[in-house]
This record gives sequence, C-alpha cells and structure tokens, in this order.
Amino acid sequence: MSRPSYQLFDKNTTALIYGMQTAAVQRMLDFDFACRRAKPSVSALINPGSEGYEKIFWGTKEILLPVFPDIASAAKACPESDVLINFASYRSAYPTTLEAMAIPQLRTLVIIAEGVPERRARHLRGLAREKGVNIIGPATVGGIKAGVFRIANTGGTIENIVSSKLHRPGSVGFVSKSGGMSNESYNVIAQCTDGVNEGIAIGGDAFPCSTLLDHLLRFQDNPDIKMMVCLGEVGGEEEYRIAEAIASGRITKPVVAWVTGTSLEHLPQGVQFGHAGAKADVKRETAPAKNEALRKAGAIVPESFNDYGKAIKETFDKLVAEGKHTPIADVEPQNVPMDFKSAVALNMVRRPTNFICTITDDAGDELNYAGHKISKVISENYSIGDVLSLLWFRQRLPKWATDFLEMVIKLTADHGPAVSGAHNAIVTARAGRDLMSAVASGILTIGPRFGGAVAGAAVMFKDAYDRKLNAVQFIDEKKKQNVNVQGIGHRIKSLRNPDMRVVLLKKYADEHFPQHPLLDFALEVEQVTTQKKDTLILNVDGAIGVLCVDMMYACGFSESRVQDVVDAGALNGLFLLGRTIGMVGHFMDQHRLKAPLYRHPWDDILYDLPADAE
Amino acid sequence: MARKGIREYDAKRMLATALTGYDGRVALVGPGEDLRKKTEEYPWLKTEKLVAKPDQLFGKRGKNGLICLNKGLEETAAWINERMDKEVTLLSGVKGVLTHFIVEVFTPFDADTREYYLSLDLDVNGDILRLSNSGGIDVEEYMGDENKFVEVMLNGDKAFDPQDVDAAVKKLFPANHHASVHRFIKETYSHFVAGGYTLLEINPFVVLGDGRAQPLDMVAKVDDTAAFETRKMWGDNLEFPAAFGEHLTPAEEFVRELDSKTGASLKLRILNPKGRVWNMVAGGGASVIYADTVCDLGFANELAMYGEYSGNPDTNNTYLYAKTVLEQMTAEKDPQGRPKFLLLGGGIANFTDVAKTFTGIIMAMQELAEKMKEVDVRVFVRRAGPNYKEGLIKLKAAGQRLGIPIEVHGPETHMTQIVADALLRK
Repeated sequence: MSRPSYQLFDKNTTALIYGMQTAAVQRMLDFDFACRRAKPSVSALINPGSEGYEKIFWGTKEILLPVFPDIASAAKACPESDVLINFASYRSAYPTTLEAMAIPQLRTLVIIAEGVPERRARHLRGLAREKGVNIIGPATVGGIKAGVFRIANTGGTIENIVSSKLHRPGSVGFVSKSGGMSNESYNVIAQCTDGVNEGIAIGGDAFPCSTLLDHLLRFQDNPDIKMMVCLGEVGGEEEYRIAEAIASGRITKPVVAWVTGTSLEHLPQGVQFGHAGAKADVKRETAPAKNEALRKAGAIVPESFNDYGKAIKETFDKLVAEGKHTPIADVEPQNVPMDFKSAVALNMVRRPTNFICTITDDAGDELNYAGHKISKVISENYSIGDVLSLLWFRQRLPKWATDFLEMVIKLTADHGPAVSGAHNAIVTARAGRDLMSAVASGILTIGPRFGGAVAGAAVMFKDAYDRKLNAVQFIDEKKKQNVNVQGIGHRIKSLRNPDMRVVLLKKYADEHFPQHPLLDFALEVEQVTTQKKDTLILNVDGAIGVLCVDMMYACGFSESRVQDVVDAGALNGLFLLGRTIGMVGHFMDQHRLKAPLYRHPWDDILYDLPADAE
Repeated sequence: MARKGIREYDAKRMLATALTGYDGRVALVGPGEDLRKKTEEYPWLKTEKLVAKPDQLFGKRGKNGLICLNKGLEETAAWINERMDKEVTLLSGVKGVLTHFIVEVFTPFDADTREYYLSLDLDVNGDILRLSNSGGIDVEEYMGDENKFVEVMLNGDKAFDPQDVDAAVKKLFPANHHASVHRFIKETYSHFVAGGYTLLEINPFVVLGDGRAQPLDMVAKVDDTAAFETRKMWGDNLEFPAAFGEHLTPAEEFVRELDSKTGASLKLRILNPKGRVWNMVAGGGASVIYADTVCDLGFANELAMYGEYSGNPDTNNTYLYAKTVLEQMTAEKDPQGRPKFLLLGGGIANFTDVAKTFTGIIMAMQELAEKMKEVDVRVFVRRAGPNYKEGLIKLKAAGQRLGIPIEVHGPETHMTQIVADALLRK
C-alpha cells in the first residue's frame, strides 16, 4: 500500500468483514455513497464454514458481495483489501485475530467484541506492535475517517453522519475509549470547528490493542489534521504518556483533553463504572490527577465536561485567527435512499400489495382466525367444525352445522385399503417414500370417480333445482347430454341394502337441519334412477354435496355466495380433509409393519402386446 | 466484565492442583453451616490442628484479631460460631458482617523459619513477579530494598524461562531453598497464566524443613471474561463475592442477574437511596460524565445511583431495568418535600435503537406513574441516535398523558445541559 503510515484509511481502502453483520455493512456502504466514494468500502464477508453471496444496497441498486468461509480465502480473493473488521464473538475474537495477523496483506484490524480475556488482548497488543499491524479494539465500535472510510456502525444513522459533518473530512483528530462518547464528540466538534478528520474509539477494556497516544501520534504526523481532541477516562496511566509526548515536543499540535470520572472520589469504594478499565487503584490514575498532568504539559483542559465544547471552539478559532488554518468548506452529501422499511415506519411511502388474505393474520401479536384470536379459540374450546367454518366460510356457523361438518369428516376419514387413495398411499409408503409423498400420491387420485363427486353432485343438483326441473326432467336431460349424474350410484349398495353412511347423513339432516330442499330433490331423483337399476342410489358423495348446499342456505348465505362455493369445487375439500386422516393412518400402519416394496404379481396382469415385429 | 476477587478457599483449592508438595486441605464454612458437620467431607478436621480466618476479600486479618491458630476441631468450630453473622469494624474503618470462614491445616514451623512473599500481577507490559525474603504484612516497606524485595517482568506470552528468575532467587533466598522456591515460582506462575488470574499474592509462604513450599495466606483476583477458557479449572460456578462491607441490595442483585443474561450491558449501584438525583444513562462513557457533572454542580451528596444501560438492550430488558430504578426512586418521598430528578441521559448512539429502549422506559413509567407523581419526580431527557426523534416524541407524549413533568432534548442540546436544567433552575 502506498499510504503513509499515519494514514490507516483512504478513499480506496476496502475491508473484509468477519461475521454476517449485514446491517453494519449496509451502514458502511450508505456512508460511502453519501461521500461519493467511487466504489464500496467492503469487498467481502467472511462467514465461518459457508460461502456464497450477500445482497447489499449501493445507492438505489443492489450489488452482490462475496462471502468466504475463512479469512485467508477472502484475503486471497481480495488482494487490495488491507482492513479486517472482526465481529467475532468474545470467544473467537482472539483466534480469528491471530489468524488475520498471519496474513501480511491485512494492515489494520478492528476487534468489535466486548469481553475478550485481558491476557488474550494483551498478547494481541504485543504481537501487533511486533508486526507493525494496527489494531483498534477490542470492545469498540471502531472509528471513522470522515468522508473516506467508516468502520462498521460508527457514527450511527446517515442523518447523524451528515449533521456531524462526517461525510467530508474536517481538520480535527479525535480519540477516546468510548464509542458512544465518540459519536457525541463528533457532533460537538462539528458544531465548534470545521469537523472531524478522523475519529477513533479504542475501546473500554483494560488493555486496548492501540492506545490513545498511538492515534494522537498518527494525528500529529498527518498534515491534514490541525488540532486534536482526546477524551480520556479514570484508570490507567495512558494520559501521562500523552502529557510526556506534549511536554517533550513529540506532539506540537494543540490537544484539547478531558479525563472523565472526576466524580469517582465522591462515590463509595468498589463502584465499577461501565468500562472495565475505568477503575483507579491509585491516586495517580484518578481523573483530577490526570487532568492536572495534561494541563501542566500544555494540553488545553477545560474546567469540566460542560466547557469541553467551548475549549474546542476556542482552540480552533485561535488556529484560524493566527492564520494557521483556513476552515474547510461544507460539501453537500450525495442523497442516500431511505430503506423501504424505514420509510413505511415514517408514513412516507405506500405501495399496492400483491397478495390479499381475508382469513388468517399472523402479523399481529397473536394468530387470528377470521377475527377470532387463537387464545379465544382455545380457551372457549372451539370445535374442529368451528375452526373449519372460520377458515372456509369466514364466520362461525351454528352448532348443528359445525357438528354436521365434523360428522362428514368422521364419515369420510377412511374407507379401507382397497380404494384408490389408500392403495396409492400404501404402495408409496412401501416404496420407502416419506409421509408427504405417500399422502400426496393418495390425494392425487381424488376426482370425479373417487371421492371427488361431492362438488360435482352439488353443482348438478343445485343447477337442476334452481331451474325448477323435476326429477324426471333432470334425468332425461342428463341422458340426452350423455352425462352421468354425479353423486348417484354405488358399486354394490342399493335401496334395500343402503350405505350406512348415507342413512346417518339423512337421519342427521331430518333431525337437525331447519330444512333440506336439495336433499329432498336428490331423493326424488334417486326414486327415478333406482327404477332403472337397483344400485343407482344417492351415494355418500352426493348426500354430502347436496346437504352442504342445504346447510349454506340454512345458515343464511346469499345465493351468489353459495353458488361461488359450489362453483369453486370447494366442497371436495371436506372429502380431502377427512380422507387425509385415513391416508396418514395407512402410511403409519405400513411404516409400523415395515412393509417391503410392493410389486404387483405378473399373473395378475394380462400381457397383450403386438406380435413380435419382424 | 472485569477483574473479580475470589475467596482464599477457592484460590488455595485451585492452586493445590498445580503445586508439588501442597495438599490444599482447606474447607469453607458459610452462613448456617457448622464446621463439625463437615468432618465426613474433610476427615482431616478431626485429626489435625487447624487455622481459621474470615474469607471475605479483606486482608490484615491477624492485625484485626480475626485468626484462630493451632486449635482442634471443637475450639475452632466454637470460634467460628461465635463470630458468624456478627458485624465487625476493621482497623481500616470498613464495617461488615462475617459470613464465610476458611479453615485449613495448621502448618507448624520453627520460630526461625522465614516468611517469604510472592505476587503475580497481570500488567499491560507483561506479568510482574514480585519476590521478597521478608514476607508478612509489612512487606511493602521493603520495596526498593534490593536485598529484600525484587521485581521481575515476565513475558506472559512465552513459555516460562527459569533463567528469568534465577538471579532474583539466588539473591534473596538461602541456597538450601533455591530449588524449592524455584519450583514454587514455576508452578504458581503457570497456574496464574492458565487460570485466568489477574492477581495472585501469596504472603507469606514458607519452605518447610523437607523442602515443601507452603502458601499460608493468599489473595487472588481473576478476569471474569476468561471464564469460557478456564471452566475446567474454575468449575461451573466460581463465586465472585462482593467486597467486604458491601452488600448488594435486592434491586442491585436483580439488575446484576439481568445483566448476566443479556449481551447488552445493564448496571445499577445505589449510592444514596435518599438522594434526589437519579441518573439513568445510556452508555458506559456517557454515564461517567453525567455522574461527574452532578458532582461538579455540587450535588454529589444527592446523587442516588450510578447506572448504565448500553449495547442495544431489548425493550423488555430496558423495561425491567427502568422499573427497578423507578421503584427505588419512588420508595419514599423527600422528607423536606423537594422534587426528585430522573435524568434519562445519553450521547448519540451508534446503533442502539433509541425508540425501542424508550418504549421499555415508557412501559415502566406507566406502571409507576402514580408513585412518581406522589414523590414529585421530574424527568429530563437528552438522547440521540437511531430513531431518537420517534423515541423523544413518544416519551414526551407519555409524560404528558401520565401527568409527569418531562422535558426532552436531542443532539442540538449539549449532552449534560439537562443536569443543570434539572438541578439549578429555580
């Protein structure tokens, strides 16, 4: 890299991000965009053990950032990237930083994690010095090079970046331990001067890998920086080394410094401030002692934090007055588009939806079925029929109707292994397929010949009834059209040997339905058809179909609503729902029996092929 | 996230696993326990002469008359029972209740046996080893006397090199003790490194006639962030007792629990429950500055708490934290009927969602609104960061709805201005 050593970041700097911190990456790219960087400051992400791509916005467009399984492969693929922002947890921050230090290409490492063991942090610190690698952290938000490069979440929202003038370089170098106070200080500095040039939060731990002084020395060497601001903290001796650097002339630019924690002497012993390092074991490490030492050495030290801004302003104004600095002009940032989600939250945008749902809502605090909260469904002991009526008809039906629906489910739950649905489910289960495949294979047989006559019967009988045909006219019409009447006919059952299921349905309708005109009509039709053939009775599909229509009318559904349900073929859902119970049962049964693959016997197949072709 | 003192009992128990010739026969007696009931677990209690002393992170126990030396089980148990749960005032002026005692085997040695000193300290530049041939409570007096006290900087990142301490050992200790002291240093130091210690002070240790080095008195601190690396040595629940004389109130205990269960940071220390200034500040750095400012303005004696919430705590945690603070604050009225001040301060957050954390605070305010009005709480807010406008608007609306006086400020107001607004305005 051709940068001078005091310059950790320039307009071409790109970073690798360890950890899938896409929100932080988006903030970095938004900053880049606001600053009119030519290209994004993040080149790749590292997600241990997995790889792929991650979508991130660059202005209004989306771009893809590659994701690598480890640091080395990311570095190899992005040879120009010399920064690693390490979001690894406190557990893995140490080993991953060691890993990064073994890659000479990476010159600046940022450790975000809080809670890295002190001994580990100290080792990293020593190693970094030995190798000349810059480490910021641990336990830090990072830092920012105004208008040039932003580390992760530093600086907060884009609005704050702009109001604190961080989208373009100013002339003040800032360093502190605290990330929150850095951001606060950027704002103070923006109000009192022409803004921050570079700001670093070294982190609140006892052994930060780079120190306040390390960064102040870089600022001293950087000709773009005219003055420095340093926010120290009670505990440690770092501020004495800064005082020495000022006193010895190593630092010549004005330094406004304040050490926080002056209240510690008023507090009971043993109070641990929020930062692990903020603890004074000896008088030398107290805030007043360190403030005094800095003041003596020549730093500008205010009387209290209240005068912090004033001291910064006076120092800056003096530089300008003495002709040592011409304030840098403001620059308009490039507008960063707002996230759709944020804009929605602020009532700033709207958009037509592509989907509509009127039966269930899972977006609120609690699942809701057609206006009935799930807690109510359970606490008031809704039946399966109630739930079905909510989700199918968007209203609670009277008890006689929901009981009827449940009766249908019970009656249709299974009809032995020989019918096509169960048979298919069994054959599929025996082929070693899973539950879904077995049940799906069974369901796919439902249609006009098997189970699917419920809807068809409803359509036909309703149509005839609506046109006021009598039973004979209806049958004649179907005969002319050469169409079988759906819902009529059984393989073996007859009037004298009735299907018990139909008997039960009719009995229930007589006892509980307010009226059942369509059933009555269907029974008239049955009288006609059974005269032709004994087995042409109203079958179970037909009975369910016509009774569903009767039920809907009796529940007060409008004509068009009933017709809509019938036309949609929705009534087959009752058979589908009921029979699924049986098919799951057959799957479980075969599974339990460990039934082997089924192969149909040859001798049960008539092979009748064309004669051998010569 | 810091250095924590541990009991001498735990320190010795752990050190025994690393030292040659030290068997670590130690027992701990806590509140409601009787030493005589521990003989099954520690059979040596019945056969050996014993030493007992309080084990509560304070030193100079001899000078404070709190050591029971060279007694049998019955006498030692009686000595402990007499002192258990009693309040004592140490020579340092610190007052506290005795709750834990360490009991160990008495190490007999001749009158002319020298007491030695060893300490290890995790320092930024390395591990500092301090050795003295004149151990005991006055050891610090010999600092600077190079015939009696030597300091060696060890490189904690490299394997221990005996040569590093050779000169010091030869200079301080008699020739017949060189090998023993050497081994003692080596074993103690590797234990120090592996055990996540930040401080280990053995004062004194003695070398017995058979060459065994025995620690008599120990002080130890560990880095609690190292827990995940040292679990094997520490066990699952190494205790970090509070400093002697300091006990956590139920509210502080509750917040400590909350803090330990979240990735965010939640801190509460009640400084003066009768104080009228309650700083509930977001951010480790900002919280210190708010405390400073209250003291700068001359209200140190009114500062009721030090606290801090940061690292993007979720709504529920913020609610529980705020509720705890408000409960403490509204426990009683100011005897002179003066108002109390709740300072919801903070800098400009980097990534904490201000609106979300304020939602938790509003929930707590709603719950305690009546009590807040009863004790005349006035709320001053200064905060910025992601969604701060929404947060401030909601907080202000909540104050107005609940009838609690509230002023809100964003980044346009200097961070600590609200302290003066609250305390100095007539």
